[in-house]
Amino acid sequence: MSEISTEPLVMPIANEADIVAARQRGRTMAIELGFAGCDGTLIATAISEVARNILLYAQRGEIILCCVELGGRRGLSIEARDSGPGIPDLRKALTDGYSTSRGLGLGLPGSRRLMDEFAIESEVGRGTNVTMTKWVR
Amino acid sequence: MQVPILKQGPVLIATVQDALTDADLHRLRDDLLQRVGTHRSLGVVLDVTALDVLDSFAARMLRTISHAVRMRGATTVIVGIQPGVAFAMVQLGLRLDGVDTALDLEDGLNMLARTIRSADPTSTTNLAGLAGLAELEWIDR
Ligand SMILES: Nc1ncnc2c1ncn2[C@@H]1O[C@H](COP(=O)(O)OP(=O)(O)O)[C@@H](O)[C@H]1O
Ligand SMILES: [Mg+2]
Repeated sequence: MSEISTEPLVMPIANEADIVAARQRGRTMAIELGFAGCDGTLIATAISEVARNILLYAQRGEIILCCVELGGRRGLSIEARDSGPGIPDLRKALTDGYSTSRGLGLGLPGSRRLMDEFAIESEVGRGTNVTMTKWVR
Repeated sequence: MQVPILKQGPVLIATVQDALTDADLHRLRDDLLQRVGTHRSLGVVLDVTALDVLDSFAARMLRTISHAVRMRGATTVIVGIQPGVAFAMVQLGLRLDGVDTALDLEDGLNMLARTIRSADPTSTTNLAGLAGLAELEWIDR
């Protein structure tokens, strides 16, 4: 089995090309970790959504990709963090179709469905932190 | 990365070659809407086989392109959505309402040929026999 780096990979998000780079890197890491191609696509899609949110609402931030192991299971964890405006009502933000930017309002609730684990912390005026993990099946 | 657009009779074929940024998608939309008029096209095939991710922004843009092209009098068929991409779109909650899709370029052209013929039964359009790309006329790049 090939060696898997456990060093977290930090990818800055400050423009559209960074979104593409982050999701492509995420997919590559997923495949290296042993995810099926289909799961790599699910992961890349979720990364695209949270990276897009960083750019749209906070202008800049970062995506941190990290291999995780727990109880013999392997997974890929993705953290999206920014020091932007924060989210006043998380319950609303996680509702399908809710958007303050006339978007589709599917980024957060959809990413939650795409991944196995999903957590979000946000404080108005301080920023937002989304952490999500998918496990190799 | 610009998306090349080919003209085959009354149809435009736009083939995505690589990952698209938001700016690329905006440009594709503008180019297609423009060219449907320039070439008096009746149909557009948008081939996304090469796309490995279709997030909510991209999906919405495909829907916008399809609806706007219709307002210009032409029909759009999206072809080549890959299995993983299709699954991810459904999980995300995306729907391509009012957008025609087909498995691949060949099926998409067949679909358009039928649409064009049913709109104008005297039309002799036959897109099904699209064999050599040599017949295609490059209209950009
Ligand atoms: N990183 C973020 N910083 C601030 N607000 C955010 C962030 N991510 C999401 N939001 C808020 O949550 C809402 C829902 O996000 P999302 O589900 O991605 O839908 P959309 O981006 O289409 O509006 C957004 O409209 C926005 O108000
Ligand atoms: Mg979003």
